[in-house]
Amino acid sequence: MSENPTTGASATGRPLKQIHLAAHFPGVNNTTVWSDPRAGSHIDFSSFAHFARTAERAKFDFLFLAEGLRLREQGGQIYDLDVVGRPDTFTVLAALAAVTERLGLTGTINSTFNEPYEVARQFASLDHLSGGRAAWNVVTSWDAFTGENFRRGGFLPQEQRYSRAQEFLATANELFDSWRGDEIVADQGSGVFLKDARAGEFAHRGEHFDIAGRFNVPRGPQGRPVIFQAGDSEDGREFAASSADAIFSRHDTLEAGREFYADVKGRLARYGRAHDELLIMPAATFALGDTDAEAREIAHEVRRSQVSGRTAIKYLEHVWNRDLSGYDPDGPLPDIDPDPGENTIARGRASVRMFRDPLAVAKQWRERAAAEKLSIRELVIETTGRQSFIGSPATVAEAIDTLVQADAADGFILVPHLTPGGLDEFADTVVPLLQERGVFRREYTGTTLRDHLGLAHPEPEPPRAAS
Amino acid sequence: MSALPPLHLAVALDGAGWHPAAWREPAARPGELFTARHWAGLVAEAERGLLDFVTIEDSLGPQSSHPTEPDDRTDQVRGRLDAVLVAARVAPLTRNIGLVPTAVVTHTEPFHLSKAIATLDYVSTGRAGLRIQVTPRPNEAAHFGRRTIPALGAEDVGDAEEWDTPAARELVDRLFGEARDYVEVVRRLWDSWEDDAEIRDAATERFIDRGKLHYIDFEGPHFSVKGPSITPRPPQGQPVVTALAHQSVPYRLVGGSADIGYITPYDNDQARAAVAEIRAAQDAAGRVSEPLHIFGDLVVFLDGDRAAAEDRKARLDGLAGEVWSSDAQVFTGTPAELADLLLERREAGLSGFRLRPGVIGHDLEGITRGLVPELRRRDAFRHAYEADTLRGLLGLARPANRYTAV
Repeated sequence: MSENPTTGASATGRPLKQIHLAAHFPGVNNTTVWSDPRAGSHIDFSSFAHFARTAERAKFDFLFLAEGLRLREQGGQIYDLDVVGRPDTFTVLAALAAVTERLGLTGTINSTFNEPYEVARQFASLDHLSGGRAAWNVVTSWDAFTGENFRRGGFLPQEQRYSRAQEFLATANELFDSWRGDEIVADQGSGVFLKDARAGEFAHRGEHFDIAGRFNVPRGPQGRPVIFQAGDSEDGREFAASSADAIFSRHDTLEAGREFYADVKGRLARYGRAHDELLIMPAATFALGDTDAEAREIAHEVRRSQVSGRTAIKYLEHVWNRDLSGYDPDGPLPDIDPDPGENTIARGRASVRMFRDPLAVAKQWRERAAAEKLSIRELVIETTGRQSFIGSPATVAEAIDTLVQADAADGFILVPHLTPGGLDEFADTVVPLLQERGVFRREYTGTTLRDHLGLAHPEPEPPRAAS
Repeated sequence: MSALPPLHLAVALDGAGWHPAAWREPAARPGELFTARHWAGLVAEAERGLLDFVTIEDSLGPQSSHPTEPDDRTDQVRGRLDAVLVAARVAPLTRNIGLVPTAVVTHTEPFHLSKAIATLDYVSTGRAGLRIQVTPRPNEAAHFGRRTIPALGAEDVGDAEEWDTPAARELVDRLFGEARDYVEVVRRLWDSWEDDAEIRDAATERFIDRGKLHYIDFEGPHFSVKGPSITPRPPQGQPVVTALAHQSVPYRLVGGSADIGYITPYDNDQARAAVAEIRAAQDAAGRVSEPLHIFGDLVVFLDGDRAAAEDRKARLDGLAGEVWSSDAQVFTGTPAELADLLLERREAGLSGFRLRPGVIGHDLEGITRGLVPELRRRDAFRHAYEADTLRGLLGLARPANRYTAV
């Protein structure tokens, strides 16, 4: 069947871009609604299998798992209002490789609390065991709070986060490339198993890693896993432009998306890379209804579930950097100003750092709440986490396609609010419309994640000179 | 014939088999060693034989014919996939058999391993175990670059079981001391969530009762770990911890920390001596009331008659260029003769055996289709799986959580 029955090109004559779609397993934050009667287990494998099979049925590019290596705390206590608890990333992805055949498997793995030799082994193993479907979202961490769970412990200075991540990834790539992929001859007659006694040999001497020896996992089907990067800072963008295959970004609107897209893609030439060697895939939430009006109602109900009264107070505490538990979530915003000191109220979550000027944020929120007569809870519902796509399947398909064709994104990493069925409706209603528009695959055409994403398989290094 | 309870049987999977020339046997498919299909087929065969569990070997460097140094041989299998990932990959394809990957503790994080095995327990719905291993290899330390491990000479190492010079003893004490702490951390993290911590209480808007999550606050010379785990308590509560032990220091690790110890006696006297040491260590650790299995390890070459098995071993030795031996006794013979040996050896206080197939493509079926029926005829092995968790198969109750107030 033709991929592209009627609309082979956009109005400008440019060929239509093919959309990439991914499924983010609902996370340990308040996007995920656990109070819904349909919400299932967040830890049983059956939930992961259901979610992955839905994504594969819908021909998604990949499944995405986030990670956090310490349970979040607020006010010195483990945060108990959101879903808590998640599996080990590598282990659950390897198990998912057994219940899917084509779906890419993307894991978020920290470069601060791991070592390159072990992580490279795990990704190369996952790539073998999945037939070439492994991807790595490289993240960095900076907090001694998380470090308390690890040998390494302690604090990594902010300015070293990306230098360590960069060197970690470069080192891992040296390990992936330490096998060319043709060393295993396994000739039973002659008794030659390896044709190169130096297969896997590596030596890396750098600021963060000084390691040498032999890597013991042969080259995987993809050569290297697909590399994702998620940071939005200047350093993060540069890291992505130099080293990543795809970006998991936050910019899901037309204007912000186009600006980010142009900025990051514009950096590629500096590294000798082509425009299509780096994909931009923002995270996106959605609310679907039979009609746009019904979808808006559903979206609002979901937002109310996501922001309970206590959640609203906790959220406000991030900005105020104070204990606000005495405030009524259905009442007005606090009169007192935020504590401008170091933010100590919440630990183990990334969003705290988004409020660089809490006094200004508080002022702006108070003004809006006063103008629109919003309670604390209503204000938080209105100012945070509105769904990226709200509407009927046709409306949502149109919106997604528009953003991709306008170069605000190359596709989206969809974050449903329900486990494990939160993707089902999208798969059943929106995906067929995208397929009809000729912008999304009806069948997988390749076997590896690199195939799905249109990324080249890295060439092995040239043969070693005889020593 | 035997009044004793049925034997427990495990099979140790590694590459094409334990003989270094195993990959050259016609039954081996050495080009497939790094595929999911290879591993799925082996574990399915072990499950058809109703074995208790499989172990999967691993290492943080290439295999080597030398006990502490790398080699540059090209005539043997080199390369291994991560054993935890292999176990996870086959978990959804199996229903009853236990999955026990090897994990090297010397260079890895107890926090990561604890949640990995907990997750293996989730994806297998209660069939996860773990084989703890230390590494004394300086070249593997150099793969991590965080510590140096002294290079021991031949005089330190001697036979694989000796390690009896001051330098070797110091290293062994240090590595196994770290392993003991490591298992302690892994186990505390498994218990760091009480079973009923997830409450989903709409009235108070709380997903968990945080009073039922616990900091483990472990502090030791090698690492400190705060906790709690990010992964809820696994289905078995405590997945099964196992370790291979050849001498007193590792016997103490088994006695103090493990649910199963594998030992490598060549006769019943050696077995009795090792069992006595482990039981004394168990006693000293205050664990007398806890069940602790001691399994004997054997490398097996199984054929319809003994001469065929011996010939096959000799042919492989010829290909390997050495009369190959192992840390464990190497058995060549018929399934009936092996059954005789196992039932005699168990008299020394063993409750099961971990069999290492000389050639997996041949001797795994020798175990599942030869030995198993032979043991059944002697009322010494199960006719059906009696449990769907590994602890259940091993007769281990689901343990109480150490943090739950009584």
